[in-house]
Amino acid sequence: MAYEPFNTLKSSAVPLPIENVDTDQIIPARFLKATERTGFGDNLFRDWRYNNDNTPKADFVLNNPIYQGKILVGGKNFGSGSSREHAAWAVYDYGFRCVVSSFFADIFKNNCLNIGVLPVQVTPEFLAEIFAAIESNPQATFTVDLPAQKISIDSSGSACSFDINGYKKNNMLNGFDDIDFLISQSQQIDAFAAQSPL
Amino acid sequence: MAKTLFDKVWDAHVVHSIENGPDVLFIDRHMVHEVTSPVAFLGLKQRGIRVKFPERTFATADHNTPTINQHLPVEDPLSANQLAMLEQNAREHGISYWGLGHQKNGIVHVVGPEYGITLPGATIVCGDSHTSTHGAFGAIAFGIGTSEVEMVLSTQCIMQPKPKSMRINITGSLQKGVTPKDVALYIISQLSTSGATGYFVEYAGPVFSEMSMEGRMTVCNLSIEMGARGGMIAPDQKTFDYVSGREFAPKGQDFDKAMNYWSTLYSDEQASFDKEYTFDGNQIEPMITYGTNPGMGLGISQHIPLAQSLDGGVATYKKSLGYMDFNEGDAMLGKKVDYVFIGSCTNGRIEDFRAFASIVKGRKKADHVTAWLVPGSHLVAQSIKEEGLLDIFEEAGFTLREPGCSACLAMNEDKIPAGKYAVSTSNRNFEGRQGPGARTLLASPLVAAAAAVTGHVTDPRTLL
Repeated sequence: MAYEPFNTLKSSAVPLPIENVDTDQIIPARFLKATERTGFGDNLFRDWRYNNDNTPKADFVLNNPIYQGKILVGGKNFGSGSSREHAAWAVYDYGFRCVVSSFFADIFKNNCLNIGVLPVQVTPEFLAEIFAAIESNPQATFTVDLPAQKISIDSSGSACSFDINGYKKNNMLNGFDDIDFLISQSQQIDAFAAQSPL
Repeated sequence: MAKTLFDKVWDAHVVHSIENGPDVLFIDRHMVHEVTSPVAFLGLKQRGIRVKFPERTFATADHNTPTINQHLPVEDPLSANQLAMLEQNAREHGISYWGLGHQKNGIVHVVGPEYGITLPGATIVCGDSHTSTHGAFGAIAFGIGTSEVEMVLSTQCIMQPKPKSMRINITGSLQKGVTPKDVALYIISQLSTSGATGYFVEYAGPVFSEMSMEGRMTVCNLSIEMGARGGMIAPDQKTFDYVSGREFAPKGQDFDKAMNYWSTLYSDEQASFDKEYTFDGNQIEPMITYGTNPGMGLGISQHIPLAQSLDGGVATYKKSLGYMDFNEGDAMLGKKVDYVFIGSCTNGRIEDFRAFASIVKGRKKADHVTAWLVPGSHLVAQSIKEEGLLDIFEEAGFTLREPGCSACLAMNEDKIPAGKYAVSTSNRNFEGRQGPGARTLLASPLVAAAAAVTGHVTDPRTLL
């Protein structure tokens, strides 16, 4: 899927200081029956966000209007469990463009990169600094600079660098997807397939 | 240069390496199900392209199917639509399709091996994290997202950086009543749910050599629960015997030729791993989980750890115990059980039902327990009947449902009610995984059977 290029993002952030947030929490399986990729944002964190009678749970962060922004900050091992890309779609559809954590599960991270959500892995210490900054000022802003591979806390200037492989970085900066690239490799793939039995 | 099993299979499938980027990896076989594929097929349509190698692509319906009355139309309109989409997409692209009611239908990771789609040395992907199951055959098999499903449908390739390597050795042998599921839950409890993230695991040592193919599938299946993309076991005679004669496996001379190659698939003696763990198989007890991720497991006779004994993460830990309504220090033995689920790609194979039968035989289901016995495929269901296990189950007060993923992820009607406790042979005990508010205790088929007949958490060794 082609998506909007990602370059630099300056935004406040929504804190979710819980560890091992799995993709069943991000989007429960009963909402995976759609056959298109839009609309999942309404059910992002469904069971943490709503009571059984569909009224919002007052103590959940997405229901607190003080917290806004395009950056979601989660505890370590964010996105574990099921490979459902619907989890990344839900994050994107809700309006987030960047997820920050001290550790990501592998498939979730890949899924994010494939749809234009930037996963930013920071040190546990810097993650704690981010949570503290939001706690002291919910409107605190952060700057995610993809070309420089750096995220900073605007109020203090404190910053942390992050890794991304060069190929994926170029894709994110330009909104490219892998399929365009792979289709350009067709001849090589055909040759490989021809000598590879079923 | 000395290579690991993983290196050998990976390197044989690299079409192209990108500098400072991923490898373009050729995928031999791609399995597709109804939940993670519709948007991928839609992508193909929008690009105006077709599935590149339909003969390497196999579709089955499993996640979102009912497990009773499969001969009737699916009631939920959204589920019915998703199933119809899979059928239509498979037909449009000439992909073999084993839909609801088809004799080859079943859970994707159960039918793959049953029909010889799963082969040693192959690369196998599916839009499902438990694709790691197929690593039991010495294949590189891993779960992918829908964007990647679209990549494989359109180009038969995927772009992946080569993961780091890990070997997990289990020495010694297993005690009576200790199953492959316990081995896997034990490893995850030692490594945590993120302990193998970024790695591809090889399982090695006498416990795995002795293990049946079905047991190996259970262990490899759970690799993702410690964060690993996949796990694999070097193929041996047991593997070749299992594969031989299956529908989509090579035949005659082709099989002999393939076997010569498969016999070279093992980690060279000098090969090194980025990380290596060794555990003593004799120390493993029947396991059970007490929290809301698969790493929160312990030997069935043990007590729930105290928060103060943990290395950080106390708030998350307390939230988890709060959800389960368990207390630090509680014993697991004796906890009341409301539901028992045996099935899933983890433990829905014939050996699992044999194990379940070994305990329920001559006993009765506890009155207050609701039990769902869901075979992984029609072939499994057929064996259950042919081997006389169904008679044992019915005698003990159990009924058998029809194949599917069922209560493992509760996408269909098979949901554990809020607040109820389920001993489940599936793979995830996340909050709400088996239904909103449901509380899951992951365990082996033996532990599930012991709970089903006693109505509480019971050490199966006392009933064997």
